Amino acid sequence: MLKKSIILLMAMIAGFCFMSASASSETLEILTWKGYAPKVLVDKFKTETGIDVKVTFTNNEEMIAKLRATRGAGFDLAQPSQDRISSVQEKYKIYQPIDLSKIKADQIITSMLNAVKKNTMVDGKPHAVPFCWGTSGLVINKKLAPAASDYTDLLNAAYEGRVSYRLKRPTLIAMAFAMGDDPFAKYSDVKAYKALMDKVGQELMDKKNLVKNYWSNGDALLQSMRSKEVYVAMAWDNGGWKLHEENPDIDFVAPKSGALGWIDTFAIPAKAKNSDAAYKWINFILRPENAAVFTNLEKYGTASKGAIKMTDASVRGNFERSFSDADIDNIKWYPPVPAKLESIEGMILDKVKASK
Amino acid sequence: MKSGIRWGLVIFITPVLVWLTVLILLPQVDMFIMSIRAENELGEMGFSLANFKLFFLEPIYWRTFARTAIFSILVTFLTFLITMPIAFYITKVVSPKFQGFLSVLILMPFWVSELVRVYGWMILLRESGVINHFLIKFGLLNKPIEMLYNDATMITGLVYTSMLFMLVPLLSVLESLDNSLIEAAYDLGGSVWSIAVRIVIPHCLPGIVSGSIVVFMLTLGNYLTPNLMGGKNGLWFTEQIYNQFIASFNWNQGSAFGFLLLILSSAIIWLGLKLTKQRLGKVVQ
Repeated sequence: MLKKSIILLMAMIAGFCFMSASASSETLEILTWKGYAPKVLVDKFKTETGIDVKVTFTNNEEMIAKLRATRGAGFDLAQPSQDRISSVQEKYKIYQPIDLSKIKADQIITSMLNAVKKNTMVDGKPHAVPFCWGTSGLVINKKLAPAASDYTDLLNAAYEGRVSYRLKRPTLIAMAFAMGDDPFAKYSDVKAYKALMDKVGQELMDKKNLVKNYWSNGDALLQSMRSKEVYVAMAWDNGGWKLHEENPDIDFVAPKSGALGWIDTFAIPAKAKNSDAAYKWINFILRPENAAVFTNLEKYGTASKGAIKMTDASVRGNFERSFSDADIDNIKWYPPVPAKLESIEGMILDKVKASK
Repeated sequence: MKSGIRWGLVIFITPVLVWLTVLILLPQVDMFIMSIRAENELGEMGFSLANFKLFFLEPIYWRTFARTAIFSILVTFLTFLITMPIAFYITKVVSPKFQGFLSVLILMPFWVSELVRVYGWMILLRESGVINHFLIKFGLLNKPIEMLYNDATMITGLVYTSMLFMLVPLLSVLESLDNSLIEAAYDLGGSVWSIAVRIVIPHCLPGIVSGSIVVFMLTLGNYLTPNLMGGKNGLWFTEQIYNQFIASFNWNQGSAFGFLLLILSSAIIWLGLKLTKQRLGKVVQ
């Protein structure tokens, strides 16, 4: 009796394994940011290629941690920022080199493609191609905080309790620029960089009473700005532009000391199961008409050549309103982050959060 | 027949052993190995106690731990103060018809996920939130005040989150308390206070201690509530572990912190058991 039931149990387990193996159709697992795989495009991709796209939303730090935990398995495509690839790749080997022969390079803006190739070069091979770009700067309610114009206004006593920013490395970098320093120039000098970050951290601690909260969820920040709980925030440009559609008082402003420019990329994890589908997705989403759909939804510019002509006039209007030619020249593009800097920043951010 | 019994034992004990080794023991061993390794100046991995040393040398780390532990003890105590009268009311005062109904009423909010409950609190308490709206409408306030992002709200949230885990053991120990003991005490002229301290609480002590252990451990290991409701002020120790793993990419340091959290919280519970003269074996029954 007992033996029979054991055999039955084993047969059932074997059956389940077999079923789950045969039932799966072709899928593409993408590890990306919120909004980077809009449903319209996922559906269109499915009808075109028959591939199901499964999307996991995350941020730069968690993306690296997730891939590190599995040594680059579990996902077919990741979208880290271009400055966070080379040092991570050198240390943990979580990506595979990108095969440029499978990428339709004529769809991509050449200068951006070359910049990303250069910045993600490890062992002589590029590890990513560009997808979209944007900036971090200030989102300001111009009616309630008409004079705010630079990151230093996040520490301005005039806006006590009406200020919000993230407790992440871009905030430290922005503050360092606003204090008249150049953190990117100090990337290679760990000691000088630490001294600079200590100074920035001290400033954030001294002015901690002014901040309303440290936001971590973009939607929550937009809600605080909408309800007029926050007047000045450090955030991504697209958030400010989304709010501008609802309330013309609120807009994105390129700070005097320079907006911080980032490029998010496509990178293929080392143990991707379905890298062919990943290349298909890259070529699909960078096709101008698809890239334009993404830009209209998310307000971010893409690396797709010619896509800007197909976007809504209001999206182009956003850009012209927030960036003068001088502001564009003043954008500080993130260079690749060397190793070791993250732990210095992590310690300072912990101290800021713990201080009274 | 004899061999049949042994087969039964094997079948039933195997899942337990597999569970314990694969899901609890192995990860802990892996964590421990990771925690005693660190990078030297040349960037090579090797055996080192630097991760543990850093905890004691950098005031920010042990201070955060102390803060977390003290707040957790406070939360445990407050949870006990609030749930004890509720449990007494449900088991002893109210008519037996309503006992089940009242218990379900208390259980119900816990069918919703913790995240949703915390967001519920945030909607109530935020500056443009429900409570401020009504306070202004009734003329009690001129302008809205920010009630979120301080220690008091964080404790409120934590107490609310952990109430159920105190209530259930209290209900079961109070069930077993004979009503006639309380009646006899009244007949002999005992005051409410002396009945509570000399009859009810001593009888409930195993339930109180087991509830306290659960609440303390859950609060200490909570990540969501301190992070969302504590906002800018509270750095919780779990957040520091998360930061080491995610923001600083320093898994070795994070593992060491995780291990220290395990050791130090076990020590606090051991101390608590000694002080209340309870034995773990009796408490977990």
